[in-house]
Amino acid sequence: MSTERDSETTFDEESQPNDEVVPYSDDETEDELEDQGSTVEPEQNRVNREAEKKRETFRKDCTWQVKANDRKFHEQPHFMNTKFFCIKESKYASNAIKTYKYNGFTFLPMNLFEQFKRAANFYFLILLILQAIPQISTLAWYTTLVPLLLVLGITAIKDLVDDVARHKMDKEINNRTCEVIKDGRFKIIKWKDIQVGDVIRLKKNDFIPADILLLSSSEPNSLCYVETAELDGETNLKFKMALEITDQYLQIEDNLATFDGFIECEEPNNRLDKFTGTLFWKNQSFPLDADKILLRGCVIRNTDVCHGLVIFAGADTKIMKNSGKTRFKRTKIDYLMNYMVYTIFIVLILVSAGLAIGHAYWEAQVGNYSWYLYDGENATPSYRGFLNFWGYIIVLNTMVPISLYVSVEVIRLGQSHFINWDLQMYYAEKDTPAKARTTTLNEQLGQIHYIFSDKTGTLTQNIMTFKKCCINGTIYGDHRDASQHSHSKIELVDFSWNTFADGKLAFYDHYLIEQIQSGKEPEVRQFFFLLSICHTVMVDRIDGQINYQAASPDEGALVNAARNFGFAFLARTQNTITVSELGSERTYNVLAILDFNSDRKRMSIIVRTPEGSIRLYCKGADTVIYERLHRMNPTKQETQDALDIFASETLRTLCLCYKEIEEKEFTEWNNKFMAASVASSNRDEALDKVYEEIEKDLILLGATAIEDKLQDGVPETISKLAKADIKIWVLTGDKKETAENIGFACELLTEDTTICYGEDINSLLHTRMENQRNRGGVSAKFAPPVYEPFFPPGENRALIITGSWLNEILLEKKTKRSKILKLKFPRTEEERRMRSQSRRRLEEKKEQRQKNFVDLACECSAVICCRVTPKQKAMVVDLVKRYKKAITLAIGDGANDVNMIKTAHIGVGISGQEGMQAVMSSDYSFAQFRYLQRLLLVHGRWSYIRMCKFLRYFFYKNFAFTLVHFWYSFFNGYSAQTAYEDWFITLYNVLYSSLPVLLMGLLDQDVSDKLSLRFPGLYVVGQRDLLFNYKRFFVSLLHGVLTSMVLFFIPLGAYLQTVGQDGEAPSDYQSFAVTVASALVITVNFQIGLDTSYWTFVNAFSIFGSIALYFGIMFDFHSAGIHVLFPSAFQFTGTASNALRQPYIWLTIILTVAVCLLPVVAIRFLSMTIWPSESDKIQKHRKRLKAEEQWKRRQSVFRRGVSSRRSAYAFSHQRGYADLISSGRSIRKKRSPLDAIIADGTAEYRRTVES
Amino acid sequence: AMNYSAKDEVDGGPAGPPGGAAKTRRPDNTAFKQQRLPAWQPILTAGTVLPTFFIIGLIFIPIGIGIFVTSNNIREIEIDYTGTEPSSPCNKCLSPNVTSCACTINFTLKQSFEGNVFMYYGLSNFYQNHRRYVKSRDDSQLNGDPSALLNPSKECEPYRRNEDRPIAPCGAIANSMFNDTLELYLVANESDPKPIPIPLKKKGIAWWTDKNVKFRNPPGKESLEEKFKDTIKPVNWHKAVYELDPEDESNNGFINEDFIVWMRTAALPTFRKLYRLIERRDDLHPTLPAGQYFLNITYNYPVHSFDGRKRMILSTISWMGGKNPFLGIAYITIGSISFLLGVVLLVINHKYRNSSNTADITI
Repeated sequence: MSTERDSETTFDEESQPNDEVVPYSDDETEDELEDQGSTVEPEQNRVNREAEKKRETFRKDCTWQVKANDRKFHEQPHFMNTKFFCIKESKYASNAIKTYKYNGFTFLPMNLFEQFKRAANFYFLILLILQAIPQISTLAWYTTLVPLLLVLGITAIKDLVDDVARHKMDKEINNRTCEVIKDGRFKIIKWKDIQVGDVIRLKKNDFIPADILLLSSSEPNSLCYVETAELDGETNLKFKMALEITDQYLQIEDNLATFDGFIECEEPNNRLDKFTGTLFWKNQSFPLDADKILLRGCVIRNTDVCHGLVIFAGADTKIMKNSGKTRFKRTKIDYLMNYMVYTIFIVLILVSAGLAIGHAYWEAQVGNYSWYLYDGENATPSYRGFLNFWGYIIVLNTMVPISLYVSVEVIRLGQSHFINWDLQMYYAEKDTPAKARTTTLNEQLGQIHYIFSDKTGTLTQNIMTFKKCCINGTIYGDHRDASQHSHSKIELVDFSWNTFADGKLAFYDHYLIEQIQSGKEPEVRQFFFLLSICHTVMVDRIDGQINYQAASPDEGALVNAARNFGFAFLARTQNTITVSELGSERTYNVLAILDFNSDRKRMSIIVRTPEGSIRLYCKGADTVIYERLHRMNPTKQETQDALDIFASETLRTLCLCYKEIEEKEFTEWNNKFMAASVASSNRDEALDKVYEEIEKDLILLGATAIEDKLQDGVPETISKLAKADIKIWVLTGDKKETAENIGFACELLTEDTTICYGEDINSLLHTRMENQRNRGGVSAKFAPPVYEPFFPPGENRALIITGSWLNEILLEKKTKRSKILKLKFPRTEEERRMRSQSRRRLEEKKEQRQKNFVDLACECSAVICCRVTPKQKAMVVDLVKRYKKAITLAIGDGANDVNMIKTAHIGVGISGQEGMQAVMSSDYSFAQFRYLQRLLLVHGRWSYIRMCKFLRYFFYKNFAFTLVHFWYSFFNGYSAQTAYEDWFITLYNVLYSSLPVLLMGLLDQDVSDKLSLRFPGLYVVGQRDLLFNYKRFFVSLLHGVLTSMVLFFIPLGAYLQTVGQDGEAPSDYQSFAVTVASALVITVNFQIGLDTSYWTFVNAFSIFGSIALYFGIMFDFHSAGIHVLFPSAFQFTGTASNALRQPYIWLTIILTVAVCLLPVVAIRFLSMTIWPSESDKIQKHRKRLKAEEQWKRRQSVFRRGVSSRRSAYAFSHQRGYADLISSGRSIRKKRSPLDAIIADGTAEYRRTVES
Repeated sequence: AMNYSAKDEVDGGPAGPPGGAAKTRRPDNTAFKQQRLPAWQPILTAGTVLPTFFIIGLIFIPIGIGIFVTSNNIREIEIDYTGTEPSSPCNKCLSPNVTSCACTINFTLKQSFEGNVFMYYGLSNFYQNHRRYVKSRDDSQLNGDPSALLNPSKECEPYRRNEDRPIAPCGAIANSMFNDTLELYLVANESDPKPIPIPLKKKGIAWWTDKNVKFRNPPGKESLEEKFKDTIKPVNWHKAVYELDPEDESNNGFINEDFIVWMRTAALPTFRKLYRLIERRDDLHPTLPAGQYFLNITYNYPVHSFDGRKRMILSTISWMGGKNPFLGIAYITIGSISFLLGVVLLVINHKYRNSSNTADITI
């Protein structure tokens, strides 16, 4: 069907790409064309396919059977699926939803299982098992178990809390009530008891409990209004309509109770906009489509009562089918961290192996002759070495930091909360705080290279206001008083004479009001009358106040403007529209609505006035309107000039026109129209043709100009981000001119920017490809890839490319065509091979081309892609991700951005006009684009720095701690004897060294948020991975190794032959262990103190608290009391008090700590003095900068003016309800053209494609 | 993560439910949540770093000198009596078929030892810190637990049971207890050859906590011999645990101080352990006057099989313990380095000081 049409018409081989059209609709994907046997998967399609995967089920057979009011029917055995061996389960899900993961019994095993799926936890489990083997058990059992239990416990508690919350929510939802027919009566039952086939009754503002077929409604024409904000985030109302026959017969309870319709439809799937099925009732069959389906999650609005039949319940509903698992995103640091853990693991194995060999050698040389070591087993030295290998794996296990992952998670959780709590990202107007929806990506925010931004609703507010108009060649809207003099004084027009005015419109041209009231120029009144009648807006009265529900904000703005100027649209029925014209109400008969679509770019309405004449009113884009004007139009030129003025002021414009129609002419046309509406094939084209016939010889009335404001602070944000070396690409479905204008408006493009368009790029890429091919062949494979820039350096360039060109350049279209041709006849083996070969060549070529394109685009300072589909948006993101290996962020607000948000490393949703769809699939959401700078430059940067510091320190502290065992090995015969008490090993990571670093990871700031924003250049450290990479990692390890050496060898020197002050020898093992451990705890805690650049009282408290805790616990564990209770578990009795009594040991500890820390201080000071980083400099001059800041702020108060930036649109009316006309027409059109105003989900989804 | 959470369904769209207007989602304006906690932001400036280095230098050097001088003032003499050299008097004891062997070593104190003098035995190349060795003990048994006395921990293998009776004290450490006896005699003068025995005190050589908390004899009023009657002495021992000190009944069993000292395993393979105290007599006479001494050794403990050495050490002590030059030298070295570093940093800082002002910030 339309798929073929698109691919053949739009992608004609010879034609140049068309800048005007969006390449192809998102619904019709390449993948549907792709042959099943294709072995070589074009990489290009990977992203696209993933996005489309969910849709594959669409063409399945109608095997889902539902019988109304017959629960028994659905329990028949052939509807049962075998789940386990003999447990059968109905294929019809119950309506109880279950989002929780565990219940009371399964929590422990399932949660543990899930946790042990993580490599680190599993590793420690293995260690635990190793420790249970007596021959190789070198540590007490609790040394690994206690930290592991703690780690598992924290994670389990977190999971438990989450799950309890889910349980609660599930319970609340499952226990909501609803009226269902049971035993012939409506009874109130809980949602969870609703079953497929039940007939239910819903009232105004009810949530819809399941996916139901609308049977009847209390509204005329079986209409039912729903709000779909939950599903697609769009806040405007949608209209659903029942079958005529069901609406007619199924209004009262008794009839509903006896309703025995049988439905066959498709299996449950996740396509919100598609549904196919058939209703069999009264020996007739009726086709069903998505128009008649009310989806779970929507809310009934403006409809008193409606009845429906449950088709999909619970897990089968579309909303639940859509809640598939999102792609699990991980950060660059995550990957790096994993590699580092593997590195450490290898180091661990190597060190253990080395020490094991040492042990074998030592046993052969010394151990075998030491009678006192006799252990009754005549093991060979090599066997002992083998056992000791495992022993050392256990002893040195702390090299792999057990609490690393859980600590990282805690820190990220904290960062996410700080984002949620940030007042400066809270949008008071909408009461929307920023929200970190995923808690695992924070530090990645500090490493963004590329931002891909949607335009509408993201850069702009998507709030339209009527600004100016041109009526009969005269421009209205500037500041003027009633006598046509322009005024410097700004004075708002007073609308109080009009009872319908909403008082929100700001208009300054008093002369226009004068004109309306005087009625001197009939065109002025005609103009506003047109605006009040030619639209598809729905009206809703709440407490006597008129509320408009418009499909597009432009239309709403226009109708609202007309209302303020005295022409208020009051009500519409099936075939009438009532308008208050300067106080007098008149009702017009609507004869036809010729709806808007993106090809027509206009909409018309044909009405019969109360006087009986027939008129056509039309509004649309200037280009299409001008083609259809009557030759004799006196104001054509003036209006054209006005349009140019409006465009230069970056306003969105529409042309308005009308014509009188003879009764005869209309009857003639109406017959054709009826015929076309029932045409079975190519209905759209037939209708377009019919429309075309009547929309001609129009008389121009004038033009409107609507302002689409940029959001606050957009240009500032973009320039800040640009200074932070972040490249911004705008991806929009809008027209090229519009996109270009918005580029200028938000200062992405400036006067001195050279702009390259699709054709320039195409030729550049062509020559590049030629060059590469010429150089290609054998030599190319050996020659290193030379990077040659496409452009001479030094110039400021921007790239503006349309979706069609994008396809052309990236060879999308060619593969598509060739695929269609090829899949038809794969005859011989030979042919098949040839084919696959050529396909591979094509792939290579394509890849090369994509790479070149990305290289080229990245040389430009700004890239704007317009007329792109959601799929292309995702493709562009993926290209950059793939070929630039850069971290990408996508920001958008609508359903059309979901793809790209999911593809990018980080997706940001704007929770604004268009609602929740983008937000639901995003990782972060906030209300205004300008918050992005704070999210990246402040939170991202901080998170990155904190995480890097945290990781570096974490690896350091574990190495410093663990490698003491290594050095000690050389003095204990490589026997895997630990250098510390077992309890110390148990608690070191958990208690003595964790809190300060955790707090640093949560609270540290090198420079304040204000300075981070003032100096965006600080951001580049994250982009360049300067703070955590393999080099930094090895430096940390080396630091740890050196520290461990100092920690071991200084006490060793001190212990070599000394005795204590009371003559008793302190050179015993236990005193030594206490000395080293004390020095270690003090050193690592002081070290974190050195690393902390933001000392709050909690930091200070935790650092000194950790040291105090260490001594406190140690003295407790070494006390007499605990030894009496557990003599075997606490063997260090009295060591602390005896050892730490000696000044000699304290002197040793002090010396050790000093030797560990002084070089660090010296090196840091040197690097700060000789090679200061920007952050160092700013920190150094913090006070002066702060003073400057305050001084500046005082200054800037005076020059703060109101400068509203505007974006420019030639035409941006959004698609209306064209699809509805085309889809439901055959049944309904006969009755009334009003059906045209009934929207359906399909149209809405299409609409988002264009926005 | 799941896209769909039931909460979203309840909460509705971004604006929240139309009814609950009063509740705002505005974050709290607290210093903590806005990350504005008052904080001290230390940076390493010349003003703080340089004085630190100088002060550390100035503190460490005197401490080092003090320790070094103190250490040098300590009198210490070390007598190796392993007897591996053929010339050594103890050489005869090396042969395995000599059961109880005594030998005598003469030595001269050139300076008198004042104050309390401590007598140590030292062992070299003896891995008391070997993991297999360290864990081979039962602290419950040593703490007097009656059940552990009769059923020692598995860690004691293979010194857990002998002849079907539990060993007390069990384990390799106890089994290899040092059992040489050392006696010290002063040769009064050349003419009078009758030597004066130096009184050696054998109590007060163990930690108080060890003697009173960690090591305890099994409870009960019966005699020690009665308490240990179901046990057997360690394989290598000549005497049972309750006969360790024939002279002092209270120094027997697990609380025998020689035993306790031995059980406190050493950190390094070369170690010394306190053997006896020589208490100072009065202020007028040095504890050990300069002169000729001889050491009587009952040579029992075999070390030559693993190339070990045995030593007897006499040492006085100071406030910071025995003689060990390492710490003093280390302090002096670190102090000097710190001071030097301070000077170097001062020079470097002076050189680079000019280039640090706000105009320097290039971003």
